[in-house]
Amino acid sequence: MRRTIRATPPASPATEQTGFNIVIGRVLLAAILAGIAAGLVMGVIQHVRLTPLIIQAETFEAAEAPAVAADPSAAAANMPAGQTHDHGATPGTAPAGAEHHHDPEAWAPQDGLERTFYTTLTAMLAGAGFALLLVGVSFGAGIPITRDNGLIWGLCGFIAVSLAPAFSLPPELPGTAAASLPARQAWWLATIAATAIAIWLAATRRSPVMLLAAALLVVLPHAIGAPQVPPVDTPLPAAVQGEFVAASLGASFVLWLLIGFFLSITLNPAREKSA
Amino acid sequence: MTTAVQTRSLSFTQRMAAGLSALFLGSFIIFGVGMASDARLHNAAHDTRHATGFPCH
Repeated sequence: MRRTIRATPPASPATEQTGFNIVIGRVLLAAILAGIAAGLVMGVIQHVRLTPLIIQAETFEAAEAPAVAADPSAAAANMPAGQTHDHGATPGTAPAGAEHHHDPEAWAPQDGLERTFYTTLTAMLAGAGFALLLVGVSFGAGIPITRDNGLIWGLCGFIAVSLAPAFSLPPELPGTAAASLPARQAWWLATIAATAIAIWLAATRRSPVMLLAAALLVVLPHAIGAPQVPPVDTPLPAAVQGEFVAASLGASFVLWLLIGFFLSITLNPAREKSA
Repeated sequence: MTTAVQTRSLSFTQRMAAGLSALFLGSFIIFGVGMASDARLHNAAHDTRHATGFPCH
């Protein structure tokens, strides 16, 4: 915000340009604040409900590590158990681990307060990122996020970004079997894009052809199928995995509803003053 | 300056510029939090990636 220029008399081209930048700045700020607020709540839910399950899964993952110590490709096998979080060390992740191996020397937050801090921080960043994307879609499509439709916007975000990908690629705990990461990321992004376009079609078009196209776009990624590996035995109890998937979707649901709700407030501050 | 950031009060150019800025910045942040393979970024965001259903590892 450049106050000195804002104070200059209107009608000069420079002022118009500044007004333009202020508008963009306010939109971005409104999105970031709404996303941070929603992400903070997400961070609390993670701390209470999700991170304990992740830590529980990591104990199974670490317990598995010595089993592959004889494998020279398992570079992290000599790390102390419990401290490592090496993704190539679990037999279940071997297809991914062979090509996707994290540097065990790299910085990682210490368990406890530091880990909670970074998890909450990144949850707030994720909230801000998602809120910015939702605002970008709203502005691009010319459908404003208002006080009346904020929750619906949030619901659409949840369906496109969380629910649709999870249908074929459920949220995973560390140490569960998974196909190659780039393939899953590509499928994940494509599914989000296809579902988002489908929601946009369904919301703005009424012709049967367009609605059929929307339905096809929703189904197509799942008909193609997410990258999978054959199921392998993992020491992680299925009940824990099921609990994690349900809690993750529930948390994402809250995150997205709050993003929509907070955006409806931060993007529309004037109505409160006039009404 | 009490300009409300309401989409309906913005010109088309303003709307598109603001929308594209939001998409660009949002994509940048989501890539960093959710998809970047840098080990430090991965480790910092690890629990959030799992919790929000990003494909993690």
